[in-house]
Amino acid sequence: MSQDYHDIPGTYVFDAEASRKGYHLNMFCMSLRHAGNRADFLADEADYLSRFPMSEEQRRAVLERDWNGMLRLGGNIYYTSKLAATDGLNFQQLAAIMTGVSEQDYRAMMLGGGRPIEGNRSKKEWSHG
Amino acid sequence: MAEIIAGYASSHVPAIGVAIDQGKTGENYWQPVFAGYEASRKWIAEQNPDVIIMVYNDHATAFSLEMIPTFALGCAAEFAIADEGWGPRPVPKVVGHPELAWHIAQSVILDEFDLTIVNQMEVDHGLTVPLSLAFGQPEAWPCPVIPLAVNVVQYPPPTGHRCLQLGRAIRKAVASFGPDLKVVIFGTGGMSHQLQAERAGLINADFDNRFLDLLVNDPEAAAAIPHVDYLREAGSEGIELVMWLVMRGALSPDVRQIHRHYHVPASNTAVGHLVLENQPA
Repeated sequence: MSQDYHDIPGTYVFDAEASRKGYHLNMFCMSLRHAGNRADFLADEADYLSRFPMSEEQRRAVLERDWNGMLRLGGNIYYTSKLAATDGLNFQQLAAIMTGVSEQDYRAMMLGGGRPIEGNRSKKEWSHG
Repeated sequence: MAEIIAGYASSHVPAIGVAIDQGKTGENYWQPVFAGYEASRKWIAEQNPDVIIMVYNDHATAFSLEMIPTFALGCAAEFAIADEGWGPRPVPKVVGHPELAWHIAQSVILDEFDLTIVNQMEVDHGLTVPLSLAFGQPEAWPCPVIPLAVNVVQYPPPTGHRCLQLGRAIRKAVASFGPDLKVVIFGTGGMSHQLQAERAGLINADFDNRFLDLLVNDPEAAAAIPHVDYLREAGSEGIELVMWLVMRGALSPDVRQIHRHYHVPASNTAVGHLVLENQPA
């Protein structure tokens, strides 16, 4: 299969490879859709995570709330956002963390028209930027 | 006979739902978003549709990685409002239209679109936010809604061309349904946005406005946009725009643009909105 999207910077396309790698990580996140599970998870995170056969690296990324790490390890944003919701974060707060800026700066960027497409199309542009 | 009379396209940003639910629509941040929906709220009240077909995507709510249908048609009598992690939105349950939904399912499957039939499904913000934008905060939604969930979370989503063709099959299906029903079809999601990773916050107003132009006047050209262009130019979640092509395919080849609205931002997303009426050939 053509993977012409790997050249897009700062982006993890949730393709077959990511989906296979991230299955248990994402299904853990999915379980947080239920309030009872959210409470159980917050009461003892490591114990709750042991119910899901994910990799040590994935487990560590969850415990450390390494949001980009979770995506790199096969997480999908609509799943990891359920972990963010469990922490009381909304999508904009999560986006600020993933892009390494304060919530205020991120909000200001969006009010200014968002991250521009110019300079953000390819990894090559980022490495020269 | 039943007839699709018009199409309604809109972003379905969850934060828009939160703003409505929490009474924040008049705030400076939100006012320009909602101002662009005032005319279409009047329009849809005047049209008074009998049924809405809602093309939307589920966001890891009713469907998880356990099962990923590319096109799933809700044929149930009703659909509960989902808890997406922040608690269910305080909106009325969604009442379906099983007769028409089953009719569409049979018709399009025999027309070679192998969609999935769903009899039990919770619906998330992808479906409820456009209803709130169109109808505000009623005690009950004013008409039945047939959900058509499209996978855009697991790559690859269906192609734009396939979505346009499915819309055409739906138009044919509705036109062969006996009872006189006025149907409005909604295409939702988009416009440019990226929610994930280091490039989150991407917005591309040029891409979005060109897409709006093409959707109205040259849907074949819009349908030819390859997935990588959406991902690169409109952000990884901007690929939701393929769903607007199902809506467009269900309309006549020529349409009249009744209303158009574009605003940046709503949370992380560019908001786009179109109302299109059929033009007799």
